[in-house]
Amino acid sequence: MRISLFIPCFVDQLAPQVGLATVRVLKKLGHDTEFRSEQTCCGQPSFNSGQWEVAREGAIRTLKVFRGAEVVVGPSGSCVAMIKKFYPELLKDTPHAAEAKELAQRTFEFSEFLVNKLGVTDIGAKLSKKVTYHDGCHALRELRLKEEPRQLLRAVRGLELIETDESESCCGFGGLFSVKFPMISTAMVQVKGGALARTGADYVVSSDPSCLLQIGGWLTREGKPIRPMHIAEVLAEGLPQ
Amino acid sequence: MSNAKDIFLKEATTSTADGPQRIFINKALGGYYTNRDIQKARYRDWERARDVASLAKWTAVNDLANTLEAFVAKFESNGGKVHWARDAEEARQIILQLIAKAKAKAVVKSKCMTTEEIHLNDALEKAGYSVVESDLGEFIQQLRGEAPYHFVFPCMHVKREEISALFTKHLGTAATNSPEELTMIARRHLRQLYVDADVGITGANFLVAETGQISITENEGNARLTAALPRIHIALSGIEKVVKKLDDLSVLLPMLATAGAGQPMTCYNTLYSGPRKPGECDGPEEFHLVLLDNARTQILADPEQRDSLHCIRCGACLNVCPIFKNIGGLAYGTTYQGPIGSVITPHLRGLKQWNHLSAASSLCGACTDACPVRIDLHHHLLQNRRNANQTSPTWFDRLFHRGFNFVISRPRLFAFGGRVFRFTLPLLKKIPLPYLSAWLKTRDLPPAPAQSFRQQWKESSHG
Repeated sequence: MRISLFIPCFVDQLAPQVGLATVRVLKKLGHDTEFRSEQTCCGQPSFNSGQWEVAREGAIRTLKVFRGAEVVVGPSGSCVAMIKKFYPELLKDTPHAAEAKELAQRTFEFSEFLVNKLGVTDIGAKLSKKVTYHDGCHALRELRLKEEPRQLLRAVRGLELIETDESESCCGFGGLFSVKFPMISTAMVQVKGGALARTGADYVVSSDPSCLLQIGGWLTREGKPIRPMHIAEVLAEGLPQ
Repeated sequence: MSNAKDIFLKEATTSTADGPQRIFINKALGGYYTNRDIQKARYRDWERARDVASLAKWTAVNDLANTLEAFVAKFESNGGKVHWARDAEEARQIILQLIAKAKAKAVVKSKCMTTEEIHLNDALEKAGYSVVESDLGEFIQQLRGEAPYHFVFPCMHVKREEISALFTKHLGTAATNSPEELTMIARRHLRQLYVDADVGITGANFLVAETGQISITENEGNARLTAALPRIHIALSGIEKVVKKLDDLSVLLPMLATAGAGQPMTCYNTLYSGPRKPGECDGPEEFHLVLLDNARTQILADPEQRDSLHCIRCGACLNVCPIFKNIGGLAYGTTYQGPIGSVITPHLRGLKQWNHLSAASSLCGACTDACPVRIDLHHHLLQNRRNANQTSPTWFDRLFHRGFNFVISRPRLFAFGGRVFRFTLPLLKKIPLPYLSAWLKTRDLPPAPAQSFRQQWKESSHG
């Protein structure tokens, strides 16, 4: 299968290792990947800020970028939810409505793609570490992905998965919310990060790099030893470079 | 009023800095989660029950005019009298006139958020009546001179010692840490007041069109006394509280209890059918119901957010909301706190002044999953943001997003801008830039990578 990569803008610029790990896993499974370099940002920051006119322009551009792609896979529950759930909403009653629905159907979050589309849970990865999982809200509640990433993690050799009571609690990122209401956002990550740190895990894993930016940023500031790691990076551990 | 947002920001800053208080609230809700999950597990299918509850409300709300007419006809044939109030001012006037006509001196109330919505206590006190809240939590808040913290658990933020001190100060009782003793102090104080009161004011959880009855749910029995002992019973209810059939309560009453308080059923669920009839030995001589619109028809006219009229005020969305849990109920400055409050307050009090509550959300969606009547709460927050931007845009937001869009619509410029950002990040961290400095105040940013994904892709064998 030829897979078109949907690399969120901040992964491109600030966390390229997540994109590279995604490629490595998909390659290991024998699939071709392509990166259409006209892609930038899906428009979610504007959409969430109520600037739907602006966001609509971003949505239409993204539709064009992925025109003709067999499947589109992105390593972010949040950005994929933007395409799958919110583009059809944003573009309804416009000439782009049908194309938005159609793109939604062939776009997948990374763990969703592996487990539900490819039917794969064991990539052959090895990581002898203790990890705890953070459910990103968009993956959990917009895309309804809960078991998929856990199935993948359980198949990693040597990996021990520790759950927390707060696994479904929001990390407080919320895009621009994190800087428009920094005191609330910080209070939320204190609750989240505190629970994660108490597990004694080596890594907090998530399918959402934006949550990991928030959680990781707080953990390092507070000097907590637990480190953020994207699920694609975990699954790429022990695979050929 | 122009500074509702500033007040909110100030309050949220103070309350989020109060670590012990946040832990106290979290612990209190921890007990609720345990009980709620035990009770939810007793449903054969909770999700299906949500469908049924939602449909019951949908059916009534989407045929509101007819449902209300049917209810009113039955209610009046039972001997009650209905009064229609377009807004808070009309509702206050109606109630004040009823009380004046009855030549009443003292008024006793049971818990009713709609009376908070219309600021009834202020109006009654200004008119010279003594008013007492008979719900324990509301009574405590009344003595504290503070608005309810949570529309179901009004004083959940107050510690036992504080309640004891409050009672000592106002009622002259000895200090105690026992919840039972504290309850008994309030009960002894309140009992005589029911007897002395000429008018009892209650809310209504549901209005049943089929039978013309009003349904009131409570845990303390105080609403029964409020409705039954005084000569005159006045109930105040929003028009959206109506349901079609008595049978609808068979799902709505247990779900209200489970979703809101983690109970199988609330302790007292009473249907009131009208004033005392000839030959009956108890009940009020007059039974009035004030039906309040106050922007509810405006919400009804909005097909996107009409489902917010399904709300049964259970408080489940507050209990799971990480914003509520961290800023507390008082920071909102609204009658209805939490996600449902953030959705409907802009309708009740104006979008321009109250959109900040919709913005103050990470849109995590926990509220929507918790809602027993399936209100699409977190998506309504997005719609409020959109509507606010259309009706009263701010120049900063507009400039920011137009500027951002200018960059992201040009892939080369985006790549170049990203490069500049990455190389200058160590320097940028030292300048007080909006947003970036807000982030860096409490969180680190990982060191920027030398190369973006797109650069590495191009330079690898792929490109």
